[in-house]
Amino acid sequence: MATSEIQVAEHALQHHFADMEQQKETSTFGMWMFLLTEIMFFGGLFCAYLVYRASYYHAFVEGSQKMNIWLGATNTAVLICSSLSMALGVRAAQMAKPKLMIALMLVTILFGFGFLGIKAVEYHEHWVNHEFPGPNFHFETGDPEHPATDPQHTQIYFSLYWAMTGLHALHMVIGIGLVTWIVIAGYRGLFSPEYYSPVENVGLYWHFVDLVWIYLFPLLYLISHKHGG
Amino acid sequence: MADLSEHTDYVGHVIPARMYYVIWAILMVMTATTVFAATLELGVFNIVLALVIATFKGTLVVLFFMHLRYSTKLTMVTVVASIFWLFILFSLTMTDYITRAWSTYTGH
Repeated sequence: MATSEIQVAEHALQHHFADMEQQKETSTFGMWMFLLTEIMFFGGLFCAYLVYRASYYHAFVEGSQKMNIWLGATNTAVLICSSLSMALGVRAAQMAKPKLMIALMLVTILFGFGFLGIKAVEYHEHWVNHEFPGPNFHFETGDPEHPATDPQHTQIYFSLYWAMTGLHALHMVIGIGLVTWIVIAGYRGLFSPEYYSPVENVGLYWHFVDLVWIYLFPLLYLISHKHGG
Repeated sequence: MADLSEHTDYVGHVIPARMYYVIWAILMVMTATTVFAATLELGVFNIVLALVIATFKGTLVVLFFMHLRYSTKLTMVTVVASIFWLFILFSLTMTDYITRAWSTYTGH
């Protein structure tokens, strides 16, 4: 780092905070308050899912069987790996290892693109199979046990699938942008063990996006695998 | 960097890297477990098991990756409040939807 730690600390402490500890606690609290609104934001979609799943369970099972479980599981693993590299990256920032921090953030970005790439393959499959809600939606009910399953109800499943994974993917894109910003700021030497709140908070955002996927994966992909035979 | 340990209470808790690897390994095993569990015939307990595993994974992410275990009480209250409000959203909505069918009873 070109600048000494004392200079960085003086530069980083905003005048309305008593000390760096108070400043860091305030920023962490603020980030968690934002994540609280994000939980309620996704919560609305999870709630819609809950209502329609309770109403049209068998139609949801049929929709769920169109999911590629292996791509979904791989993406879950990719996100968990990205969370590990992010956690280690934040740790590197805490320990004044800017080069290691930048390297781990770049690995996190790579995993992020890996996730989006796999998701794009899945989206393409659903698109060509007419599993996108709208005028081109087409679904043959293939469950002899429940011939009364309405394709319109399966369309609701796919609407929620695209909305929930789409909103999640948008968060991934934003997350990749934020991590890129951390890489640039880290390269310019803006962080130190006294001041790394942006790294910590972008880390919180990244882990939150991972957390949402931890629930999306079983709820959308694994509703009732056994019926698939 | 020898004096780093003296500063840890100042900059926040530095978790040993080994801890992160252990959490990562548990999360990977739990992902495999939830995929396997979905192939079992458990009836209504399929979703229960899936949600228990997801909540276990989520708790590990929040406590260790997101440092909640080492955060202030104010942050902990914020997280608990978000879960509390989420359940208000779910429970009040479902009390409406679940009981709607009851009013279609035309007996008397």
